[in-house]
Amino acid sequence: MTAATVEHQKLTMAQAINRALRDAMAEDPTVLMFGEDVGPLGGVFRITDGLTQEFGEDRCFDTPLAEAGIMGFAVGLAMNGMRPVVEMQFDAFAYPAFEQVVSHVAKMRNRTRGRLGLPIVIRIPYAGGIGGVEHHCDSSEAYYVHTPGLQVLAPSTPSDAYSLLREAIASPDPVVFLEPKKLYWATDEVALGRGQEPGIGRAVVRREGTDATLIAYGPSVPIALDAAEAAAREGRSLQVVDVRSLVPFDDETVFAAVRSTGRAVVVAESTGFASVASEIAARVSESCFHSLAAPVRRVTGFDIPFPPPKLEHFQLPSVDRILDTVDDLQWEDS
Amino acid sequence: MTREPGHLLPSEDPVMLIDPSGRAVASDGREMPPTDALLRAFEGLVSARRLNDQAYALVRQGRLAVYPSSHGQEACQVVAAQVLEDGDWLFPTYRDTAAIVARGVDPVEVLTLLQGDWHSGYDPTIHHVAPQATPLATQLPHAVGVAHAARLRGESTVVMALCGDGGTSEGDFHEALNFAAVFRAPVVFFVQNNEYAISVPLARQTAAPSIAHKGIGYGIPGERVDGNDAAALLQVLGAAVARARAGEGPQLVEAHTYRMQAHTNADDATRYRSQAEVQEWEAKDPLTRLEVYLRSVDALDDATLAGFTEAAEELAQRTRVALNQDVAPNPEDLFRHVFAEPTPQLRAQLDIVLDELDREEVGR
Ligand SMILES: Cc1ncc(C[n+]2csc(CCOP(=O)(O)OP(=O)(O)O)c2C)c(N)n1
Ligand SMILES: [Mg+2]
Repeated sequence: MTAATVEHQKLTMAQAINRALRDAMAEDPTVLMFGEDVGPLGGVFRITDGLTQEFGEDRCFDTPLAEAGIMGFAVGLAMNGMRPVVEMQFDAFAYPAFEQVVSHVAKMRNRTRGRLGLPIVIRIPYAGGIGGVEHHCDSSEAYYVHTPGLQVLAPSTPSDAYSLLREAIASPDPVVFLEPKKLYWATDEVALGRGQEPGIGRAVVRREGTDATLIAYGPSVPIALDAAEAAAREGRSLQVVDVRSLVPFDDETVFAAVRSTGRAVVVAESTGFASVASEIAARVSESCFHSLAAPVRRVTGFDIPFPPPKLEHFQLPSVDRILDTVDDLQWEDS
Repeated sequence: MTREPGHLLPSEDPVMLIDPSGRAVASDGREMPPTDALLRAFEGLVSARRLNDQAYALVRQGRLAVYPSSHGQEACQVVAAQVLEDGDWLFPTYRDTAAIVARGVDPVEVLTLLQGDWHSGYDPTIHHVAPQATPLATQLPHAVGVAHAARLRGESTVVMALCGDGGTSEGDFHEALNFAAVFRAPVVFFVQNNEYAISVPLARQTAAPSIAHKGIGYGIPGERVDGNDAAALLQVLGAAVARARAGEGPQLVEAHTYRMQAHTNADDATRYRSQAEVQEWEAKDPLTRLEVYLRSVDALDDATLAGFTEAAEELAQRTRVALNQDVAPNPEDLFRHVFAEPTPQLRAQLDIVLDELDREEVGR
């Protein structure tokens, strides 16, 4: 596709995901969208708005209220030629489906020596920052990335939400697609159509910088960018890497970025113990040791259940916490 | 047991003792509850309705993060609590604020969850009310466990386990019924079928003739009751509780009712149901019909009603005043209650927060 033929549209992330679903469903009649309230209502976040009306009840529909059933049903549909996209209404409401995800969705290709793959996309509105009550704000990515066989994506922009979801639906393997719900209303110029670069498995540098590298994904990317902006005002140049694809992980881009600055801070909203942030810090420490001027640090959520709305700001990584951590990175001048 | 399984099936029509116009109707062999119990239920209905509407107003004023109202379902809420004794347990959902208050818990403590201060504001061990469950149907196996423990401990406790029509599709609902039946646990499963799970109508949850029919597959008797008729609810739930207490095992009760408001304030119900349908249910209001009946048997006069209304107003006002104080919750609680004893790591993480707060103070 040449640049001249690519159509762009200004969309919110919610609209971009809706558009990706619509375009995928229009191109491929085997793509099905289902879950709770995703039919005529269009989803509690209106992500599937208009899809039932446009494609009919057989293509976008409500199921009985049972996540294990939804996931198992998707496995069977995928075994018989369909490309199911399921919505788990909120992060914590995906847990009843966990057994199906871990024992079947993730393992089918392996169990059958590659004879049977499952092209399933599991869309999950996830993480906090919206003042939601309990069970509506979990960052559950660690459970999924820890399960071999699942690709796990966490876009931070409408453009990435569109392009990564298009790739996810076309992928021969299952994808857990984590939608940072607090970014649903962020807007961006979105390039439409399949095959937009970079695809699954690629990180991108969102902001150039020379003194230290902030590594973030999903809901934490805008915070990292804000921190870099604030640091610039104080005379420090921070680079920001957006991981985008947690599995497969782009070692090459992340390592090159860290080597260029010699310092790294991983920023993630999820609890920090045994987390994606831990994995990134470990990989960077192992592979970039000789380029590092300071230990790799993490700014993450504390190791507590997600707080109630009035206390959630204590849990979310903040510009101040990031800058404090950057200040600790053994600078010669301090 | 050699009895015909047919006795496990619910009646053809939901049990009704007072019709929507307020007239007593015959329902084979089921007696009208005593008038004083009906009057007590009515007092509870007045209070629950006022509380629902107060909470809804508090959402608009930004004092509550969200409120799933039981406006229209108050008869279910009040009677579910009224048929229990002090030692019994109630397992509520997010929609059952009014039932918990009817059980005697302070509404300010109950609304702590929806105010956004903490996940559960009351002490479950004092009131024998489990924390409100949001993950659907997950509380039902807990209810069976509590009931079984009571039997092991030689207590005569009965457990009232609440859930919605949508929740009956979850695996936990079915597993809980099966466990309760196999262990003959003294549990009453009380389903408030309000026709919708957010936007999804009942027809998308089940192809069974009714939710109460699901009991037979587990060996549990099912009952259907008019959920807007407090008299019928007192009769049916009262009998289910008595039966469970007598050691005759669990029961499944389905109440036919309707949520008059949107799922929560965040929902737009006009996207999935018609105004005509809502109006149809308006005419079946649980308060109106009980009031008409009680007046017709000279059990209620204007002065008594005024007393109920005043008490309800007082409770609403006390709730409003307390929520308007808007005291900031203490962040230390985030770290203090993860384990009985905080780990060294949690202590260090709390110190980070305390240090940030100190610096903010100094910065001011
Ligand atoms: C396991 C789980 N999945 C999804 C949700 C999101 N959710 C909250 S309420 C609701 C509808 C529940 O309907 P119903 O059981 O009929 O109860 P009602 O709200 O009508 O009282 C849904 C889907 C949830 N809370 N838990
Ligand atoms: Mg319902």
